[in-house]
Amino acid sequence: MSTHTCECEEKAQQVAADEKERYEKLDKIIETCKGQKGVLIQVLHQAQELFGWLPEDVQIKVAEGLNVPISEVNGVITFYSFFNTVPRGEHTIRVCLGTACYVRGGKQVLEQFEKELKVAVGGTTENRKFSLEVNRCVGACGLAPVVTVGADIYRRVKLDKIPGIIAKYTNGRS
Amino acid sequence: MENLTLTIDGKQVTVPKGSTILQAAKSAGIHIPTLCYLENVHAIGACRVCLVEIEGARGLVASCVYPASEGLVVKTNTPRVRSARRAVVELMLSAHRQECTICGRSLNCELQAVSRQLGIDKSRFEGAMPKATLDLSSPSVVRDSSKCILCRRCVTVCHQVQSVGALFPVERGFDTAVVPALRKELSEVACVNCGQCITVCPVNALYEKDSTEAVWKALADPTKHVVVQTAPAVRVAIGEEFGMAPGTRVTGKMVTALRQMGFDKVFDTDFSADLTIMEEGHELLHRLQNGGVLPMTTSCSPGWIKFIEHFYPQLLPHVSSCKSPQQMFGALAKTYYAEKMGLKPEDVYVVSIMPCTAKKYEAGREEMSATNAGPDIDAVLTTREAAKMIREMGMDFTSLPDGQFDDPLGISTGAAVIFGATGGVMEAALRTVYEVVTGQTLENVNLTDVRGLEGVKEATVKVGDLDVKVAVASGLSNARKLMDKVVAGEADYHFIEIMCCPGGCLGGGGQPIPTTNEIRLARMKGIYDEDEAMTIRKSHENPAVIALYEEFLTKPLSHKSHELLHTHYTKRQKYPAAGSCECEKVEELVK
Ligand code: SF4
Ligand code: SF4
Ligand code: SF4
Repeated sequence: MSTHTCECEEKAQQVAADEKERYEKLDKIIETCKGQKGVLIQVLHQAQELFGWLPEDVQIKVAEGLNVPISEVNGVITFYSFFNTVPRGEHTIRVCLGTACYVRGGKQVLEQFEKELKVAVGGTTENRKFSLEVNRCVGACGLAPVVTVGADIYRRVKLDKIPGIIAKYTNGRS
Repeated sequence: MENLTLTIDGKQVTVPKGSTILQAAKSAGIHIPTLCYLENVHAIGACRVCLVEIEGARGLVASCVYPASEGLVVKTNTPRVRSARRAVVELMLSAHRQECTICGRSLNCELQAVSRQLGIDKSRFEGAMPKATLDLSSPSVVRDSSKCILCRRCVTVCHQVQSVGALFPVERGFDTAVVPALRKELSEVACVNCGQCITVCPVNALYEKDSTEAVWKALADPTKHVVVQTAPAVRVAIGEEFGMAPGTRVTGKMVTALRQMGFDKVFDTDFSADLTIMEEGHELLHRLQNGGVLPMTTSCSPGWIKFIEHFYPQLLPHVSSCKSPQQMFGALAKTYYAEKMGLKPEDVYVVSIMPCTAKKYEAGREEMSATNAGPDIDAVLTTREAAKMIREMGMDFTSLPDGQFDDPLGISTGAAVIFGATGGVMEAALRTVYEVVTGQTLENVNLTDVRGLEGVKEATVKVGDLDVKVAVASGLSNARKLMDKVVAGEADYHFIEIMCCPGGCLGGGGQPIPTTNEIRLARMKGIYDEDEAMTIRKSHENPAVIALYEEFLTKPLSHKSHELLHTHYTKRQKYPAAGSCECEKVEELVK
């Protein structure tokens, strides 16, 4: 570590460099697909893998690069549910709302998460820690209601357990 | 072309291969109702109103996209077909804000007409209404999503015909909406205000921003001297609003109606169209003789101007610096005319009647202020709005006597009236340029090579020693073709005329609805008939224009002309400002 830059400044520089690198990679993806027919969805997929989501800047870059109107790019993105137009958090919390989970309180669990995280379904917390999503049956109906956080699975989740689940991922790392 | 024969409702019908069932039925005089289909423009089978039964097939099919084939047996009017169509329309109505009595499209609405045709007299379905947005951000086009039936005609026109691409459907299922790019407001995206989306919308989901109220107010204000100008294309179309055949020339009736409405003077944009030819013709000559930027393009279509500002800003030096006839008129009304009449410019209220919605935007451009005391044009009415006001007056338009335009800004030539049709500005310009350059009389004034509905037209005209190469395009996708050629350095033209709307102003976004190719041709005929009927057919022979130069401007391209009649352009962004972070929006959702 150098002596005359403080740690946070260095971190900000790193973030900017990473972002620049992602945009350069996006340029390359567009370059290879340019001029081909029907590549829009493919390019968007790769862009999302790169950025984690599809910010408007990225949408515009793809539109310009592939010579497709921005309205169409955005229309396609919003049509398919696997594209994200909001940033993803570090952890994705998924509350199952399959039939079994639903009747055993999944809906209330989801509402509690919304309240605790101050975010609506599909959204991401301000600190980019969590994204909140809904699952359609994970096949663990005997353990309903089920919540997953990344690869971790929580069974028979009660409302009062929720703050604990969140805390587990909030403290500790960074 | 190869033919095939099929049976529709027991009738043998022979049609060219490649026809759809809908086309085949039409040729046999069988009417199948449609909502999203638009001849020559849009056939996607989205609305499902055109369902028909096919012998041997299980489900009903959408006839606008289903190909006719040899021996096919089609039934268009069985109980099953009728009940399916009704269900489709009733579902549509369940998500539609039904308020026909206070709706701008009532009696000229395709949803209303189809509903009536299918005999729908109650709503069986009740459900949640989609979230509605009323977008008033644009100076030209209002979007009311509570009326939208998602037919996507506007999308096809904006992308395919105009190559602008401002609108697109987002989301899906119940959440589907047709919106400006990135869900911004219309004024925030690259929209050229042409209003072509309005003229194809089957319902009142798109319409022009209202100016009638402002005009009624000015007319009732005793301190205002209110003058009106009427664009060339209005006189061959406004009759349609009163049940007259498309293309009927109603110039005299229109003048009388406006006078009865209370305008102090009824003037003609044709006067300033003649003036435009003087300025633009001399600008072309100046560029030709002094190595100026060529090809020069016309500048009278504000949709075209906004298009080149957004999409080809690097080509702006090609655009003539002349203001449009509407704006030349406004600048003169508040200076030359006001002085002549001993009026203060701020007491002269200038109204335009235009076939165009982009003219509303043009009037509001900040550089369009010759006196630096507010806009030169105070209000722009579309042809439709002017008709609405005439109706409100309770006038029987069709039986009005003919009136005459007032002096001096109402005097014009045949060269000016053809500004209303694609190719007209070019033809008018060449009539004048030829005589100015050669000093000889042009015997045959009709330059038919540049007439007609074709998207791109080319011609070479001998002017003295020079072969003047010209090109004419209407509809912005055609303009784009020419501009791509200019960018590639492959356009060896001297002069290019562009009109934003297909067919020119006669098919403008402010004209009576509907506008089909058949109607465009009828209006076009009206325009050329009007030209033929004029005694003077060359702009430089217009006595009022000659007097204007003598008394006021001195000569074309003079200092004063530049000050009042010429303008400059602005580079614009192709994309709306991107919100790079959505956090704020998300937070808003939570609150
Ligand atoms: S859009 Fe048509 S159906 Fe809807 S309220 Fe207006 S007139 Fe009635
Ligand atoms: S006004 Fe013209 S450019 Fe704007 S959305 Fe409508 S069709 Fe597209
Ligand atoms: S706005 Fe009009 S033209 Fe566009 S999709 Fe809706 S109903 Fe159709």
